[in-house]
Amino acid sequence: MRNLKFLPTVIVAILLFAACSNDDNNTPVAVNEEEVITTLTVTLSPNGGGSPITLQTRDLDGDGPNAPVIEVSGELIAEISYNGSIVLLNETVSPAENITEEVIEEADEHQFFFTIGSGLNVTTEYRNFDGNGNPLGTEFTLTTGAASSGTLTFTLRHEPTKPNDGLSNAGGETDIAATFNVAVQ
Amino acid sequence: MRKYALLILLLSSISSISQNCDNTLSGKVTDLHDGSLIIGATLIVVGTEQAVQTDFDGEFTLSNLCNNTYSIQVSHPNCLTKGFTLKISGNTAKSFKLEHHLEELNQVTIEGKAYSNKSKTILENTISKEELERFSSGSLGDALNSLSGVSSLNTGSTVIKPMINGLHSSRVVIINNGVRMEDQEWGAEHAPNVDINSIGNLTLIKGAGALQFSGDAVGGVIVAESSKVPVKDSLYGKTLLTAARNGRGTSFTSQLTKSYQNGWYATMQGTITRFGDFEAPNYVLSNTGVFARNASLQVGLNRFSYGLEAYYSIFKNDIGILRASHLGGAQDQIRAINSYRPLIINDFTYQISEPRQDVTHHLARVKGYKRFKNFGKLSLQYDYQRNNRLEFDIRRGSDGKKASLDLQLKTHTLLLDLDSHLADGVRLKTGIMGSYQNNFADPTTGVRRLIPDYNMYDFGIYGVAEYRLSHQWLFEVGGRFDYTYMDVFKFYRTSFWESRNYDSLFPEIVVEELNNQILTNPKLNFYNGSGTLGSTYSFGEGYKMFFNYSVASRAPNPSELFSEGLHHSASRIELGDLRFNSEVGHKVSLSLQRDTGIFSFSVNPYINTISDFIVIEPTEIQQTVRGSFQVWEYRQTNAQLLGLDLDANYAFAKNFRLNSQFSLVKGYDRTRDEPLINMPPANFKNEIVYQNFDFNNIRLSLQSDYNFQQNEYPNNNFEVFIPETETMEVVDVSTPPDAYHLFNFNSSIDLKATEKTTLTVGFGITNVLHTSYRNYLNRLRYYADDLGRNFLLNLKINY
Repeated sequence: MRNLKFLPTVIVAILLFAACSNDDNNTPVAVNEEEVITTLTVTLSPNGGGSPITLQTRDLDGDGPNAPVIEVSGELIAEISYNGSIVLLNETVSPAENITEEVIEEADEHQFFFTIGSGLNVTTEYRNFDGNGNPLGTEFTLTTGAASSGTLTFTLRHEPTKPNDGLSNAGGETDIAATFNVAVQ
Repeated sequence: MRKYALLILLLSSISSISQNCDNTLSGKVTDLHDGSLIIGATLIVVGTEQAVQTDFDGEFTLSNLCNNTYSIQVSHPNCLTKGFTLKISGNTAKSFKLEHHLEELNQVTIEGKAYSNKSKTILENTISKEELERFSSGSLGDALNSLSGVSSLNTGSTVIKPMINGLHSSRVVIINNGVRMEDQEWGAEHAPNVDINSIGNLTLIKGAGALQFSGDAVGGVIVAESSKVPVKDSLYGKTLLTAARNGRGTSFTSQLTKSYQNGWYATMQGTITRFGDFEAPNYVLSNTGVFARNASLQVGLNRFSYGLEAYYSIFKNDIGILRASHLGGAQDQIRAINSYRPLIINDFTYQISEPRQDVTHHLARVKGYKRFKNFGKLSLQYDYQRNNRLEFDIRRGSDGKKASLDLQLKTHTLLLDLDSHLADGVRLKTGIMGSYQNNFADPTTGVRRLIPDYNMYDFGIYGVAEYRLSHQWLFEVGGRFDYTYMDVFKFYRTSFWESRNYDSLFPEIVVEELNNQILTNPKLNFYNGSGTLGSTYSFGEGYKMFFNYSVASRAPNPSELFSEGLHHSASRIELGDLRFNSEVGHKVSLSLQRDTGIFSFSVNPYINTISDFIVIEPTEIQQTVRGSFQVWEYRQTNAQLLGLDLDANYAFAKNFRLNSQFSLVKGYDRTRDEPLINMPPANFKNEIVYQNFDFNNIRLSLQSDYNFQQNEYPNNNFEVFIPETETMEVVDVSTPPDAYHLFNFNSSIDLKATEKTTLTVGFGITNVLHTSYRNYLNRLRYYADDLGRNFLLNLKINY
């Protein structure tokens, strides 16, 4: 009957286990997405001075159901060149985190691409580069031609093949894809 | 069984006769269990070597005994020998009881069944140790795939999730050494955490009939048991080494068992498997390596009327996920699907990088049983499982090497079972179960919790009665009730909370409103009833007909209730629903089996009707700063699965055999009147085997494995804007890949190394023709071909 002692031993062991594991630490802490990019702002400043134009897409709930809010502050002036700069923010945390800095730090793993719709008469040129001399694109020049309108798309790729001929053979993963309707007047 | 028992004839020699030694000892030998008479039991008086056998009434008489204390040994071929000490004073009457249920004593004999049936009215499929050893370097899912009616939902070639008659994940319950696996089995890319080399016998039950294990196995139950240890003084073991060309890796497993006549035994087992990148016919599948380690220890005592056992196992698996499958948004998906090669192909490496999974599963179990006269066998089991799942994604910046998912799931379960023979031919199994489960999602990952923190309590009670009317008819009826209570802390995005209208539906569960999230405390109750009713009719020469109807109820799992966010490995947003209730499946299956003769077969049609079936499917496209993503929402619907499994075995010539199997399943959403997603396409396997026991047990086999194209599937394609071309393009995520035909070759031969050692050498080739193919049920089929040809060399030493 030695074995019968075994049953109470098991029961006691279970109770101990259950008691130990009942570590209810009240309520869990919230997790704020660290990597999410909520806001992309492109600022186009006319080279010869004048008021800058901003293009912004902002999605404060990240992957949540709300769609991004897209705003273009005005029309571009024909036949001039603009200094473009891109700022990326994570606004789910307070204060907002500037993601652009991370992208610049890991310049060799990132690249912005500018896709100009067929109707729009503008050209772009990279103004900043990674350590290997390959384009990064958080700073760029945009030169407008004659009056026109169409889409302007900014794509940020993570771990693209560098150098490349553009999106077609860049590979990598899309971190940002933002399309704006832009007019040149 | 006892009818066929050989009567052991022992010469009796009366050696010493002294004064006053004319006493007799008489009585009966009966079964401890049901009191039935044991005929042909041998009683030996230790010391005098006087021996008698029980007659047809189970009675015996020993004469010429002195007034003394004697040791009497009682034995029977189908029972374990038992010793008794008793004092003789004058003519003495004494009855002895032997345990006559060999299979429950874990005894391996030629006549007895080493593993008992799990359900008497559903045709069971089993995979023996010999067959399992052929899959030594693979996974549990690979081995199960060899059975008709079983397919698998794969993520690459290393995450193989078993699918029974078209159902998988939480609908398939896996019992590992008597313990229900709680290893976050809800995820489609989560493979079972069981080492195939630790299994001695694998049983598949295609249905919910095995109520002693669970009531929610809408799909079926997989029972893995370790090898039985004989009750005798012995030391034995085996070592198996597999080397494979594809993946350039090896698997090494070793097992050692020590057993004693007094019932004590111990088994130690360990496996280490390491593979680098696998290869498709035309390219390397980058980052698909695997590194798995497993160890288990089992110590126990196996006696007549009682026994106990302690078991512990640790399973650790590092799995690389195809690099090219990690995508940004829908535009990346189009690029990946339209490219005939994976977008990322690197040189072969053993290195496993992100994206990858790192899973550790601990399982500890203590179990004891005691047999009571005229009552039955009472078992008590406690088990503890701890599953830690880490998933690493490709991340940016300082988070680069940090896990994106870190879940710790702890489960305690207590089981009390009673197996009793009520009357002649009536057997009743009853039991109660209680369990406590805690999930903890580590918040330091910097990624919102995929599965929230929760405590879950389960209580279950069941009873299964079996009545053998005659040699021909057996009936089974059973019922089970489960109560589940979940206490959850879940953070919802405020925007999602409001878009789902939860703010007006569940205002009472809000604990705290944060900046853009809401902390809630849902408390959910589920009451699930399940049942089974069936019969088996044996007739003719080896024919059997099985009929079974079973009802299974399954509470929604945490993933179905609480998912809310981007699932990177699937490149889609997944949304659960807090309002779900339990899904209820009704399965009717009929099997006709013939298991003797040169032609044996089984035919198994079934129909499974499931109400409130939880299915995930695409609903819309969501725009984010990262581009567009497809949104997959869980919803409940009424589903129906119809299918047929066929097995045939024809010994058409001496030493030659043809094995054929065919599986077909059709799944429909009856509410929407459309096919269900991810239903396995029809499969037809044929294998010619040559096996000669007289010539070193040589075995050669050639298998043809034909997989049809799935022709019924829902259309989930969607359109996305491509800025380069300024057009909307269709993302084809629906169309199943073409049919494919694979050939596999296998061979083995036994070589006697020494008196007690056998060396088995095996050589195999899978995908002999190096065919490029894609499997509809492989989640990575959009991005890469499946495995190319593989050469495998197996060495096994039994000692």
